[in-house]
Amino acid sequence: MVVEHVEYREVIHPPVVESMTGQMRTENLSVFYDKTRQALFDVTLEMPARSITALIGPSGCGKSTFIRALNRMNEVIPGTVTTGRVYLDDIQIYDKRVDVVLLRRLVGMVFQRPNPFPRSIWENIAYGPRLAGIRKRSELDRIVEESLRKAALWDEVKDRLHESALGLSGGQQQRLCIARALAVNPRVLLLDEPAAALDPIATGRIEELLLQLKEELTIVIVTHNLQQAGRIADRTAFFLLGRLIEVGPTARIFENPGDERTEAYVTGRFG
Amino acid sequence: MKDVSVFTPAGRLLSSGLVSAVYRRRRLMDLLMTGLAGLAVLVAVVPLFSILISVAIRGLSALNLDFFTKMPVPIGETGGGVLNAIVGSGILVGLGTLIGLPIGLLSAIYLAEYGRGRLADTIRLFTEVMSGVPSIVVGIFAYAIVVRPLHHFSALAGGVALGILMIPVVTRTAEEMIRMVPQSLREAGLALGLPRWRVTVSIVLPSAASGIVTGAMLAVARIAGETAPLLFTALNNAFFSTSLLRPIASLPVQIYTYATSPYEELHRIAWGAVFVLVMMVLITNLLTRLAVRSGYEMKR
Ligand SMILES: Nc1ncnc2c1ncn2[C@@H]1O[C@H](COP(=O)(O)OP(=O)(O)OP(=O)(O)O)[C@@H](O)[C@H]1O
Ligand SMILES: [Mg+2]
Repeated sequence: MVVEHVEYREVIHPPVVESMTGQMRTENLSVFYDKTRQALFDVTLEMPARSITALIGPSGCGKSTFIRALNRMNEVIPGTVTTGRVYLDDIQIYDKRVDVVLLRRLVGMVFQRPNPFPRSIWENIAYGPRLAGIRKRSELDRIVEESLRKAALWDEVKDRLHESALGLSGGQQQRLCIARALAVNPRVLLLDEPAAALDPIATGRIEELLLQLKEELTIVIVTHNLQQAGRIADRTAFFLLGRLIEVGPTARIFENPGDERTEAYVTGRFG
Repeated sequence: MKDVSVFTPAGRLLSSGLVSAVYRRRRLMDLLMTGLAGLAVLVAVVPLFSILISVAIRGLSALNLDFFTKMPVPIGETGGGVLNAIVGSGILVGLGTLIGLPIGLLSAIYLAEYGRGRLADTIRLFTEVMSGVPSIVVGIFAYAIVVRPLHHFSALAGGVALGILMIPVVTRTAEEMIRMVPQSLREAGLALGLPRWRVTVSIVLPSAASGIVTGAMLAVARIAGETAPLLFTALNNAFFSTSLLRPIASLPVQIYTYATSPYEELHRIAWGAVFVLVMMVLITNLLTRLAVRSGYEMKR
C-alpha cells in the first residue's frame, strides 16, 4: 500500500506531467453536502484538452459544486461526500493514492472574487513555485515575469512588483490570481465566475486571456453571462437542479438546443 | 405598484405630504442618538482619565532614579526603591507569557481552523469557564500543583498562575481574529496546492497577526496587574532575587503590602509603583502597536 502510494506520486509528477494532455472527464459524479443533501446527480461530462468548456445554468444548479469536484476542493467543506469517478487524463483523482496537494497544482483554480494574499505582487506569484521547491531567486523572477506576461498583467505591474497586491484594481487582482495559478504550471484551469465582480473592460481582457491560454490548457469556466459563454467557449454544458441536462458545441447549444429546458434557459425564458 | 411605492422612502415622502415633518423628526432622532452616544463615551472615559491623572499626580512625586535602582529601605528611613519588585514583575509576567501565549495561541488555532465536534466544543466551554474563574482560584490551583509539591513559594508558581490566567484571554481573542480571515484566502492557498498546515502557518496567521498581537498585549496587560494569584504562589520577597525557585517580589503585591501598611512613606512608594505599573502596560502596548503597524506598512 505504501509502495503504491509512492508510485502514484510518481505517476502524477514530471516527466509524466509534461506529457499529460490535461483532459478531464467525470463519470457518474454525485456530490452530497452534509452527507445526505445531494447537490449533484450522476454527472458524466468530458472536458477536452486545449479547449474551453463553459458551465451554465440557473443559480444553485450545482455549477460550483461540479467545478470544485474537479480539484477536490469540496473536501474542504466538512461533511461532503463525493461518489463516481473523475479522471485527469487516465488518473482517477479520487483514488485514495492520489496526493491531493499535487493534484491541486495540476488543476489550478480561480475564484469569483479575486483573493490575492495580502502580500506583494511578486510574492503572490512566487508562492506556488517556492512551495514546489524552487529556491533560486533568478528562477523565481523568471517565473513571476512569465506568469504575469501570460496573464497580460506584466506591463501594468512590472514597476511595482514589490508593492502590495491589495493595491491593484479588481480586474488586475483577478488577472494576478490567474497568474498565480499559472505559476505552478497547471494542466487544467478552473474558473468559477471569474468576471462576475468586474466591469466590461476588465471582463474583456480576461476573456482574451483565456482564449490565449486554451492553446496550452484545459479550461473549465462557470459563467452566468451567456454572451460570455458564446464568445469564448468551445463547448457548453447546461446544468439544472444538480443534473447535466445537455452538453455540446457552444453554437449548437445556443442555436439549436436539444432539450426544451436548455432552450428556455438560453432564450431567457427561465430562472 | 402604487402600494409598493408607499413603502419606499421617496414614495412615502411624496404621497404623504409630510416631507418636512418626517424630516424634522428624523433629524431630532439623529441628534438625540448622537447625544446619547457621546454621553456614553463620557461616562466611560471620565473615570479612566481621572484615575490616570490622580495616579500621575501622586505617583510622579515619588519617582526618582533611586526608585528604579535601589532596594526598599527599612521602615523609618526615607528613600529607597522597588528594584526587586520591578525585576520580579518582569520575570513573573515573562514566565506567564512564555506559558500562556503558546498554549493559548495553539488552542485558538485548533479551535478556529481544525476544531469540530465534541472535543472542540469541550475546549471552547473550558476556555469560557476558565475566563470566568476568579484569579484567586487560579492562584490556589497553582498553589496546589506547584507550591505544594515543591514545599515552598516560588516565582515559578507565580508564573504558572499568571500563565493559566492568560490562556483563555489569548485563546478567545486569537480565535476570533483567526476566524475573521476570509475563507477565500484559505481556499486560494489550498487551490495552489498548499497543505492545510501551511495554509494556516503562512497565510492565515500572518493575515491575523496584528489582531493576535493586540490580543496578546491585552492579555499581558491583564496579568501584569494581577495580585491575588501571586499571594499564594510567588508571595513576596524583601530581597533582590531572580531565582525561579524562590519567592519573588512583584509590583502588584508590593503595592498591596505598602498600601495596607500604616506608614505614610510606604503609601507614597505604593503610588509610585502604581504609576510605574500603569506606564509599563501602556508603553508595551504602544510599542507593540507601533511594531505591528510598521510591519504592516512594510508589507504594503
Ligand atoms: N457548503 C454547502 N453546504 C450545503 N449546501 C450547499 C453548500 N454549497 C452549496 N450547497 C447547495 O448545493 C446546491 C448547488 O450549489 P452550487 O453552489 O453548486 O450552485 P451554483 O450553480 O454554483 O449556483 P450559483 O450560480 O448561485 O453560484 C445548492 O442547492 C446549494 O444550496
Ligand atoms: Mg456558484
